[in-house]
Amino acid sequence: MKYIEKLAKIDRRIIYLILFLTVLLPYLFKISLPMKPLPEVVQAYREIDRLPAGSVVMISIDYDAASMPEVQPMLYAILRHCFSKDLKIIMLGHWPLGIPLGIAALEDVAKEYGKKYGEDYVFLGYRPGVAAVMINMGKEIRSVFREDYWGTPLDSLPMMRNVHTYDDIAILVGFEAGSTGDYWVQYAQARYNQKIILGGTAVVAPDWYPYLQSRQIVGLIGGLRGAADYENLVHHKALAYYGMTPQAAVHILIVIFIILGNIGYLALRRRK
Amino acid sequence: MAQVFWTWVAAFLTLAIFSFLYKDNPFYKFAEHIYVGSSAAFWFVYLWYFDIKPKLIDGWRYNTGFEKYILIIPAVLSIFMLMRFIRPLAWLSRWAIAFTVGMAAGLGITAALQGYLVPQIQATFLPLWVSKGSFWHSLGISINNFVLVLGTIVTIFYFYFSKEHKGTLGALSRAGIVFIMVAFGASFGYTVMARISLLIGRVYFLIHDWLHIV
Repeated sequence: MKYIEKLAKIDRRIIYLILFLTVLLPYLFKISLPMKPLPEVVQAYREIDRLPAGSVVMISIDYDAASMPEVQPMLYAILRHCFSKDLKIIMLGHWPLGIPLGIAALEDVAKEYGKKYGEDYVFLGYRPGVAAVMINMGKEIRSVFREDYWGTPLDSLPMMRNVHTYDDIAILVGFEAGSTGDYWVQYAQARYNQKIILGGTAVVAPDWYPYLQSRQIVGLIGGLRGAADYENLVHHKALAYYGMTPQAAVHILIVIFIILGNIGYLALRRRK
Repeated sequence: MAQVFWTWVAAFLTLAIFSFLYKDNPFYKFAEHIYVGSSAAFWFVYLWYFDIKPKLIDGWRYNTGFEKYILIIPAVLSIFMLMRFIRPLAWLSRWAIAFTVGMAAGLGITAALQGYLVPQIQATFLPLWVSKGSFWHSLGISINNFVLVLGTIVTIFYFYFSKEHKGTLGALSRAGIVFIMVAFGASFGYTVMARISLLIGRVYFLIHDWLHIV
């Protein structure tokens, strides 16, 4: 009985150590588990995959370094998918602290696929006023972004000459760590009927399933699992995919801890 | 060389923050203060370079006519907002707050109705029997639709407070709680996954970028 009661009083530092080892060991022993992509991620993949070459995809960076481990892998995977299909990318962001992350990923992947700035991709940067930015871009992108992030007028960039409103953008992909994804749906989708895919942290992803069910968004990439699925679909297994084994191991560990904690709690209660 | 140096700095700061899990210590405090200070500085620079300078200062310098003089209104409202720090003039900040609240409410109400409430209500008008493909496929979709419609109705009943939750209303609202709990459980499960993902990201950084073990 004593041992069972001890289960409810395990030192939290021991739990942290076991948790740390559970994350570490699958990496050290290179263990990987088979995965079947989630339907909502497959839906997002298919929407992008069926776009004809030359279509414009707008990507919004609405997260920062705190969400990087989850969201950055999905940004890389989507960029690889878009560039491999010769789609054009316009990137912007509503989170100023995330702008450097967007630039880093865009330049990395563009280099990988030999894409040229101004012809294949453009970085617009950040403008304040989330809702006002989204609404005004529906009328004319230049009313918000007269120039790109580096101060080049938009009309001097070949790719931007025929891009003026959401009508010229095939799909908008929002990478989110907060409520900006809701704004994209409420302003760009509801007012301008813009097709939207949302990708974001696992904390915000559950709130988007109603949008998926009502077809206000055409795909959903949620958390590290969603990123891993997309990496799998574009046949470029990277950070997220290899992170799924530690993720699965930790989930099993947490379930075990919950069961043990409850056994200990019940034993203590019975004694009282 | 610079990359190696910054990788070591990042690794040190990661371990310093993790050290809090053992107990509070000077390394943790040091890392925490660096984080707060650098975030504040970054925000300040960004607000200056992406908000105040291009929108207000450059706007005043390069715009003409209406586009130039309209900028007086946000400039004055911004100064009013700062008046919060001067007690005798603090009341002026309410004008700026009133403008912000009014604008946000106007935008928010339209957006919520047009972009959330109406489409979500429309999406619950579902057939309770769908004939599509095989019998089992049809049954699966029909059950999904039924659960969705039932869940929406009983959850709304849970938030009906004008009558005591007894009898039929009590039973419906209790069913509503079950659906709400399932939703909370799903959200909690996702949140656990998110937090573990952050740990995985840091551990991968330590063993891959810093120690080069994997």
